[in-house]
Amino acid sequence: MKNNRHWFLKGLKDGIPIAIGYFAVSFALGFFASNAGLTVFQATLSSLLCNASAGEYAGFVGIASKVSYLTMAAMIAIVNIRYLLMSASLSQKLPEETSLPHRLLVGFWITDEIFAASISVPGKLNPFYSYGLAISSLSFWALGTCLGAVVGNVVPDNVVSALGVLLYGMFLAIIIPPARENKILRFLIIIAMFSSFAFSKLPVLSSISNAIRITILTIVISGAAALIFPIKGDEDKLETGADVSHEAGEVKNAQ
Amino acid sequence: MRSNYIYIFIMFAVSFIIRVLPLTLIRKQIKNITIRSFLYYVPYVTLAVMTFPAIMEDVEKPVAGLFALIVGIITAWFGGGLFPTAVACSVVVFVLELFI
Repeated sequence: MKNNRHWFLKGLKDGIPIAIGYFAVSFALGFFASNAGLTVFQATLSSLLCNASAGEYAGFVGIASKVSYLTMAAMIAIVNIRYLLMSASLSQKLPEETSLPHRLLVGFWITDEIFAASISVPGKLNPFYSYGLAISSLSFWALGTCLGAVVGNVVPDNVVSALGVLLYGMFLAIIIPPARENKILRFLIIIAMFSSFAFSKLPVLSSISNAIRITILTIVISGAAALIFPIKGDEDKLETGADVSHEAGEVKNAQ
Repeated sequence: MRSNYIYIFIMFAVSFIIRVLPLTLIRKQIKNITIRSFLYYVPYVTLAVMTFPAIMEDVEKPVAGLFALIVGIITAWFGGGLFPTAVACSVVVFVLELFI
């Protein structure tokens, strides 16, 4: 019991730097949610339940364009599919005898950053460490979303435009630095943006909703890339994927 | 009439199932290189698809959004990090929309 308490407190403390990045991103996300037609309460609830930036963004796009429930489910599955990999890694990291409720709770709170911190502890993972990380960082995720949605409801149009691109700026800050180091990623990002633009402008294709466009292009381009440019070895790189504050932190450390 | 609460519930349920499935039922590492590669590429591709052309569509003047994209890429490329990149995009849009 004393050990659990120790790991929980350590998690709370290690979650603080993550919380700062989360607060900024979730603010932009909440702002987007309010423009997509969610109330402050609905936006905050989404963040408390979903804990994912790209996943929630995709969901809000779906809500804005009133997609079918099936489309919503497919889109959320694809955008969040990388969590399978993190969950699989954590299944090896938890002690064998970990009970079902603990496994469910650890899973519920997997984010890129919490995964990265949890997987880096020496030896087996005490689930209370993940809980500490989640509670200190994700409370700021929910708070940021809430404030973003509040602000989104009150500011004038030209400020809506300017604050609306904050989120896209953050997305760029996540994908561009690794693309600088890796020419395959660079190539894929260009292809992805170009195809997305073409889909939204070409006749027939442009009638497809944003939500379905995101889903189809993600499957097709990532799938083709996996077949043409399979990645061998380099476990850590595969497991971390793209994330928010961790990636941004790494960039700063590298300088 | 589709309800936002049902949408939010689907978002939660699907994200939750994906996150807990390997932890509870499968309990194995994913070794297949093609699947691992696919999972590695997904976030980059999906964020790129989400960003463009949405960055031009969510602003009053599409040109301002295009400039924000270019400035954002340059800032991130030279190691700007999360806050500076986001703020740079935002300032570009705010200023351009005042003058265009």
